[in-house]
Amino acid sequence: MASETAALSAGLRHRLRDSDLFRSFRRSPVTVVAAAITAILVLAALLAPLIAPHNPYDAASLNLLDARDPPAWQAGGDWSYPLGTDDQGRDMLSAILYGMRTSLGISVAAVLLAMALGIALGLLAGYAGGWIDTVIMRIADVQLSFPVILIALLVDGIARALLPHAQQDRIAPYVIVLAIASATWVQFARTVRGSTMVERAKEYVQAARVTGVHPALIAWRHVLPNAMGPVLVIATLNLAFAIQTEAALSFLGLGLPVTEPSLGTLIRVGDDFIFSGEWRWMLLYPAIALAGLALAVNMLGDWLRDALNPKLR
Amino acid sequence: MPAALLEVEHLRIEIPTRRGLLTAIDDVSFAIAPGEVLGVVGESGAGKSITGSAIIGLLEPPSRIAGGRILFDGRRIDDLSGEAMRRIRGKEIGAIFQDPLTSLDPLFTVGRQLEETIRTHLALDRAAARRRALALLQEVGIPAPEQRIDHYPHEFSGGMRQRVVIALALAGNPRLVIADEPTTALDVSIQAQIIQLLKRLTREHGMAVMLVTHDMGVIAETAHRVAVMYAGRLVELGPVRDVVMRPQHPYTAGLMAAIPSLGERVERLRQIEGTMPRLSEIPSGCAFHPRCPQVFARCRVERPELMPAGNATVACWLHAPSRKTAHG
Amino acid sequence: MVEVPLVSVAGLVRHFDVSPPLLNRMLERRGRRLLKAVDGVDFSIGRGETFGLVGESGCGKSTVARVIVGLHAPTAGRVLFDGVDMATLTTRAERQPFRRRMQMIFQDPYASLNPRWRVRDIIAEPLRTHGIAMGRSDLDTRVDALLTQVKLAPADGDKYPHEFSGGQRQRISIARAIAATPDFLVLDEPTSALDVSVQAQILNLLKDLQRALGLTFLFISHNLAVVHHVSTTVGVMYLGRLIEKAATARLFAAPRHPYTRLLLATIPDLAMSGRAREPVAGEVPSPIDPPSGCAFHPRCPFANARCRAERPELRADDETLVACHGVEEGRLPGAP
Repeated sequence: MASETAALSAGLRHRLRDSDLFRSFRRSPVTVVAAAITAILVLAALLAPLIAPHNPYDAASLNLLDARDPPAWQAGGDWSYPLGTDDQGRDMLSAILYGMRTSLGISVAAVLLAMALGIALGLLAGYAGGWIDTVIMRIADVQLSFPVILIALLVDGIARALLPHAQQDRIAPYVIVLAIASATWVQFARTVRGSTMVERAKEYVQAARVTGVHPALIAWRHVLPNAMGPVLVIATLNLAFAIQTEAALSFLGLGLPVTEPSLGTLIRVGDDFIFSGEWRWMLLYPAIALAGLALAVNMLGDWLRDALNPKLR
Repeated sequence: MPAALLEVEHLRIEIPTRRGLLTAIDDVSFAIAPGEVLGVVGESGAGKSITGSAIIGLLEPPSRIAGGRILFDGRRIDDLSGEAMRRIRGKEIGAIFQDPLTSLDPLFTVGRQLEETIRTHLALDRAAARRRALALLQEVGIPAPEQRIDHYPHEFSGGMRQRVVIALALAGNPRLVIADEPTTALDVSIQAQIIQLLKRLTREHGMAVMLVTHDMGVIAETAHRVAVMYAGRLVELGPVRDVVMRPQHPYTAGLMAAIPSLGERVERLRQIEGTMPRLSEIPSGCAFHPRCPQVFARCRVERPELMPAGNATVACWLHAPSRKTAHG
Repeated sequence: MVEVPLVSVAGLVRHFDVSPPLLNRMLERRGRRLLKAVDGVDFSIGRGETFGLVGESGCGKSTVARVIVGLHAPTAGRVLFDGVDMATLTTRAERQPFRRRMQMIFQDPYASLNPRWRVRDIIAEPLRTHGIAMGRSDLDTRVDALLTQVKLAPADGDKYPHEFSGGQRQRISIARAIAATPDFLVLDEPTSALDVSVQAQILNLLKDLQRALGLTFLFISHNLAVVHHVSTTVGVMYLGRLIEKAATARLFAAPRHPYTRLLLATIPDLAMSGRAREPVAGEVPSPIDPPSGCAFHPRCPFANARCRAERPELRADDETLVACHGVEEGRLPGAP
């Protein structure tokens, strides 16, 4: 079984290299730039503990006297705080790096959870059909009629109401992941359900049924690999969306706390200073980082969708 | 002998792909006289459909005509601009495609589509166009045409839809119709009806037809002459009776022998070993030589041209004049 | 002792509910609509036989096949395999041995193989499902043997379906079907999507395998010439009903039912005898709203009042079984 999987993935790598996908990637300069930016940002975020000059989470290392310092190239700035400091004395560069890390971490987790939930429910609905399908799809329909932010707020609010106040800051990341995932699983479910229904009618599935393969095995090993096509694209686009949603939640104060800020939280803090001279580095730089990350991921998703669309080739 | 209506001379169609240049049609020549039905038969990948597409000017890019000429009524049509070709298409040359489901626009009634086509090619007002549409529906055998003219395509059965498609092809009163597998998607009893209809229409309108199909039976019933294609080349061309009863090319002979007949029961069908080569792997010399039971040295090296063999012409060294004189 | 036929169906009925959704039915006051795909079919297939089932689209032959292999449950009637009523098998465990003994080959060579699986895994699946092979190397050996048996190379096992032509894919489907050594194969238009020369190869292969492995075939096709070539017995279906059944030679030499005669008359004349074909008018009506009485009466030149009112049953006429009032009453002119 293991060697089978190994053989399958070796074949996959080979096919990827020769595939139209790779060629299309190389041919589009915009995509290459977007991918490069994404790669740089992701790498920076992952390596934050190593490359950040300070640790913004360490309250003890903060020096209030250094608060609200401008960036290094401006008067009053200091190269030990390259992009300036916020009102608590946190180094902006470090805060942005760690913030990206948090944002990415939460967004990726949210997308993965939404994927798992959406694929499982979509597969079940599409393969089983009947009332199971009806129930799942009606839930999905109801959810789709609410804006995502609203659902996320709802989940977030309920969680806060249920949990003791002291725990909230610690649980915050998990709550946000849950909130975003519960708002975005529907997209995956619908697509997978559609693909499942198409594949289920195909003869290779019927051949497996005639052979006597267990329905769960058929769904998992036969249908799912063929229904996954659009999922990758949706996941990538969803990632950009999750990044923005998390930022929005944090901006509204319902996301991550200031002690372990994400980009959204930083923007919220910076927003308070919008009428002062310090807004440029306290608000603008985190905002640019957020916009850059979301845009780059979004463009990557766009390219992927077009590249994988057989009709456009 | 009447001057040919359609002449295809040394046609060559190429398809540039990432992996190289493919020759889909390699030096194919034939002619169709007015009122004649020419059957073009071959298996999948032989190039019969793409020939039809080239003639009517609907080659999908990047496929392109890379050599030869197509003459309609003495005028070249392969190098016409899109606009000029559009004027000919439908008016002088009509087309019937395989799938009646996708040949008709599901959003418009049959009458509307007919009228649109009629008015594009003939200068008629709406009332006259409608009258002509009704006449066409009547002619192709649609019962109660006054009611059905306002129905949508999905309200017709497969066979009826194909009749509507034929009516559309006839709307501009073309002199030549390219019919690409017109009966393949239909039930056998409906096939018989459609073939009957096509034969009657060609007789009554003096229309020439290029009938492209893989079904030898349809050819035997409908065509006057037949062209057999293999791997983008023409291997045999002759009167249908001769080609069907006395095939000269080993491929044609193999094809005919592979068709199960209703006569005496055979234990095994005669099969041709191997498969038709892909366009990227066409053998040297005669494209059929790896599979030919009568292959000899020359076949592997030199590509045969069409040479006479009885009433037909064949692209096969077995019928080379020198060989004939040597073997009597 | 009379030998028990391998497969028999009795009074087989299969309906599909194609009613509009509940809301539409309530609002538009429309009733339920039933597609009577199979409307009472009886036949049996003896061991080693090839039963050819012919008919045009909508006649229900594919549905019959799917009910027999268990893809659909019958709405009424029974399917018996080796004397066992399939409806009596309620658990998976009871059904599995029977699933192993019957397999199916489908029409579309492109949709019948999972595009993401390697050929080796596709063929190995029945072996795995029924626990036939012991371990990886045994599996590989068996798969290689099967590939060779269908005239493919063992190296082809590592490729993906899209690398093969239509005929080769059908060979892979055949290899998969015979992997678990079944007794009975249902072939649903196995060569309809193939070129003539490839068809000849596949039909020859099927015959060779039938002889070598002692298989029984249910061969479904709309192509009469092919059915004539492969079958020992032929059944003709029209609108969900079996209207004629006879040994192949007899059916083609002396067809009784007007529809059978019509079908035979539509076979193209490759002998170029110049026979004028006068096709019967009309089209196959919808199985949702079949005609009363005999389903063929609207198109039958010999229909009378009884045909419009009363549905004919299959009756023996010499060695043929025919469902036709005209034949029973002896008022049909001799066969052409």
